[in-house]
Amino acid sequence: MSLNVKYGRSARTNFGSFDKLLNFAVGGLLLIGTLLVYAGTREWFRSYGLDPEYYFKRHTLNIVIGGLLAYGTTLIDYRLLRAYTPIVWLAAVIGLTIVLIPGLGTEINGARAWISLPGGFQLQPAELAKIAIIVGISMILSDRDQTDKDPTDLDVVKALAIAAVPILLIVAQPDLGTVLIISAAVVAMIGASGAPARWVVGLLLLAVVGVFTAVQTGAVSQYQVARLQSFVDPSADPQASGYQLRQSRITIGSGGLFGKGLFEGPQTNGRFVPEQQTDFIFTVAGEELGFVGCSLILALYFLLFVRAFSICRRSSDLFGRLVCIGVIAWFAFQTFENIGMTMGLMPMTGVPLPFLSYGGSSMFANLIGIGLLQNVHSRSR
Amino acid sequence: MSVRSRINLIIFQTLVFSLMFALFGRLFYLQVLASDKYQDAAISIQSRDVVTPAVRGAITDINGTPMVVDLPGLVVSINRTVLDQQFDKGTSVLASISNLFGLEYADVYQRTRLCGELPRNNRAGCWNGTRYQPIPLVGNATQDIALKIMENSDAYPGVEVQSVPIRSYPSLSGENVAHVLGYVGSVTDEDLKNPEVNYYRNEVVGKSGLEIQYNQYLRGTPGVRTFLVNRKEVVTKQDKNIKAISGNNLITNIDSRLQAGVEKALEAAVKRARGSGYRGDSGAAIVLEIKTGRVLAMASYPTYDPSIWQKGLTVKQAQDLFSEAKGVPALSRPLQGLFAPASTFKSISVVAAAAAGYELNKNYDCPASVEIGTRTFKNFDSVAAGRIPLDVGLAISCDSLWYQISYDEWVRDGGLKPKSNANDYFFKAAKDFGVGVLTGIDLPSELKGRLPDRQWKQNWYEQNKDFYCNYKDRAKKQDLTAYLIEIARENCLDGNKVRAGDAVNFSIGQGDTLVTPLRLAQMYAAIANDGLYYKPQIARAIVDADGKIVKEFKPEVADKIEIEQSTWDFLHRGLRMVVTRGTAAGVFSGFPVAVSGKTGTAQVFGKNPNGSAKDDTSWFASYGPTEDPQYAVVMMVSQGGFGASTSGLGVRNIYETLFGVTGNKVNPEKAIFPTGVPTNIAKVDLKKVASKVDLTGKKESGVKIK
Repeated sequence: MSLNVKYGRSARTNFGSFDKLLNFAVGGLLLIGTLLVYAGTREWFRSYGLDPEYYFKRHTLNIVIGGLLAYGTTLIDYRLLRAYTPIVWLAAVIGLTIVLIPGLGTEINGARAWISLPGGFQLQPAELAKIAIIVGISMILSDRDQTDKDPTDLDVVKALAIAAVPILLIVAQPDLGTVLIISAAVVAMIGASGAPARWVVGLLLLAVVGVFTAVQTGAVSQYQVARLQSFVDPSADPQASGYQLRQSRITIGSGGLFGKGLFEGPQTNGRFVPEQQTDFIFTVAGEELGFVGCSLILALYFLLFVRAFSICRRSSDLFGRLVCIGVIAWFAFQTFENIGMTMGLMPMTGVPLPFLSYGGSSMFANLIGIGLLQNVHSRSR
Repeated sequence: MSVRSRINLIIFQTLVFSLMFALFGRLFYLQVLASDKYQDAAISIQSRDVVTPAVRGAITDINGTPMVVDLPGLVVSINRTVLDQQFDKGTSVLASISNLFGLEYADVYQRTRLCGELPRNNRAGCWNGTRYQPIPLVGNATQDIALKIMENSDAYPGVEVQSVPIRSYPSLSGENVAHVLGYVGSVTDEDLKNPEVNYYRNEVVGKSGLEIQYNQYLRGTPGVRTFLVNRKEVVTKQDKNIKAISGNNLITNIDSRLQAGVEKALEAAVKRARGSGYRGDSGAAIVLEIKTGRVLAMASYPTYDPSIWQKGLTVKQAQDLFSEAKGVPALSRPLQGLFAPASTFKSISVVAAAAAGYELNKNYDCPASVEIGTRTFKNFDSVAAGRIPLDVGLAISCDSLWYQISYDEWVRDGGLKPKSNANDYFFKAAKDFGVGVLTGIDLPSELKGRLPDRQWKQNWYEQNKDFYCNYKDRAKKQDLTAYLIEIARENCLDGNKVRAGDAVNFSIGQGDTLVTPLRLAQMYAAIANDGLYYKPQIARAIVDADGKIVKEFKPEVADKIEIEQSTWDFLHRGLRMVVTRGTAAGVFSGFPVAVSGKTGTAQVFGKNPNGSAKDDTSWFASYGPTEDPQYAVVMMVSQGGFGASTSGLGVRNIYETLFGVTGNKVNPEKAIFPTGVPTNIAKVDLKKVASKVDLTGKKESGVKIK
């Protein structure tokens, strides 16, 4: 009985209302991202006599679709999402398996991460897997919510098993960046669930040993080793990844305090940084918007995280809290990895910048992640 | 929420916010603190400078007649970065290019190698720059061939044709002047690193001679057009356009007609020496204006065609320039050749003797030989002249007279146990005349000669005593003769002392004393001008393209030798007697202008590459006209035999050109300076070149030396 009362009250209190500041932060990032994608591609396409607004239009379409998906996510009570979790998880695993089958998966930059769809669209199942893993682990670790007891070792093992299958499939692609981000989110969720501390320490140690062995045994492909080496010593591979990292740093640094002005960046318009509409979108911001504009972007991310933590604390149950932790960890590590890479703080891994980079799958996943946060918010105390 | 999960949440929240602050900190560093560095880097990535070299200034003679000018030429160069990308490393391209120009393939191959790519002993002609600079191969391509390359650029990857100004030598008076003018070449990495001058990669800079000495004036300012490019090197827009500013012209004191005459006289002297059976390996001749120090002519033999540097030096030419067998034509003998001055030094001994209190107007003994210690010092040709006046002794170049005087002075100074306040009259006189120091001429790489005084002896001893004191262990087997072992023993014993033999040799300009021909010319200018002498000066003025004077080079006094006027008068009389009744009387017989001078025939120790003993150095140092000296003229022929017959006659030939003498008659109209050396600064007349050179480019662009 009391259970019903609690549910009913909270649903009445907040249903249909969203955290406005969170929406403001996301909206601001989406708007800036759209301008940056446009700025990063229009001169390039124009020089080939193509439609300069091609990327601009596709990006806008991605945002609209992502927005609808996000809204859809908020409609179902997140506690009922548990019912769908196995389906989402299974879909992700199947998708991740398909990309590995030659002829079905598409290989780009040495990684098999995409499924080609009709109409020139491509799907990246790894993005879907992020959501499946976050919701799946939250479900397992929050099973004991009502007894107010911390998860047991067995719960943790189950959670890890849920994560392990998609992670191994992503390792096989290989997409080390995504693996690291998912792993970080898993560790964060296990830590926040109140599970025994030895698990957190153990998993962190495992991560270090795992990365080391992967590089040593050659499980990590050659191009990833090259990227890592060029991070440590940019001159090691001046033409490829080292070039990219150097150009990226120069482009951001040359923006200075106020930037060269939107659409006015000579590095951007000369396309000296490859992939500048996707993984290196932050270089466009760096050059054209300068320190002031980039600080605004960081401030919007900061606001996003502040609100997300607030939702997390106010969540009525452990499940909601864990979902929030997972989403925050995902966004935070991916943002740090991406921007850190463009500024020479992190090694090069091919992860997009949440809300700013061009790319349908990641945009959909990011906005669904926001949908999850708003869902928890609208049903919190 | 349990306490533990609450704490974990706080830890996690702190971590996330720390990551955001780390990004912010890094952003602040990149865009605020280090922004300038990255802006510079970005500009160098985006912009490409197209540099148009400025037209380099001309170098003219004293009358404004060009001796070297920039003329448009078609340069064919090789781009190594493109060449290296060919499947065969560009060997087939080099082969077809060699074919096209009729060059040796091996030659072209060698010249397109970086010096570091070749073994150390086989680097002649190698490219002394980087892989990223165009390597000039042919400096004067015809339009036909240039077009052929440009139209079939696919067939000649890495071969570039450019119309650039190149150094041309019109030789309007038949002069060569190679050593004085020097040459230009591509900038080196060191030049590019020079913080004072902003050089561009495809510029030429002076490498030697006047070209390097006055490079800053001649160079001008290259024009730069800056283009912005994208990653594919497609030009997106033009940024800056700075027009090239022509270099200034350099007017020198050289008179090209006199220079041509001096070169001819020197060559004739060398050939005369060879005709008399001497080796005659090299020579130098100089004409100085006594009252200003201006260098009116300066020749070095053997010489070379100065345009070879511009046409693209072949490997053989590069080897020949520094070949011993060819007499090292690259060496500029007037300022880099070091020789014992021999009897020309006796004028300085006169000054020393006068300072020591010897009566100049008295008679002195000139025996066939003089015994000094255990050694016998012979007079020249071992002939005794009896008791003679000192001026006659100078005229007939008596040696034994000086042996006695210098030995007496050596003894007076303490001999092997020198007094602390030794008079050293001979060393002091030589020092007054600048023996052993640079003249300071405005040309690079001058050598300073050697004054073997007490200090020098001490330094020499400290460097060599180990060798002489362990001679039997250190010397080569064939040098272990009784005579050489004895000399080594003496050198070990008291090699740091000025010995009697050293003092005696010094007085007749032998032994360890060395001077350059230029220094000797300056010494005789000083004698003619009663001790006041000037720094030798090649440059007269720098003028811009409109003729405006940018810089004028005024005569600079080098020193004034303060001795009694009677000594100068005595020298003037004695040196005139050399020409009228002394050693040079024969070669100057019937010469209509009174000149004064001194012969010198220096013994040289050492052997030629073929094992023969070296022949004597032939000197003639002079000034004229005797009554009012204007010019100091010196000629030196290495291994040229007697002073008079080789160099004396050569100097006579120079005076003939200078004063307009034909046979025994003066024809003032034919004189180089009928009204004296011009005092005004001449106008540069580049049109003179056009009349001589075909500028249409139809046949051969560039200039041919006749």
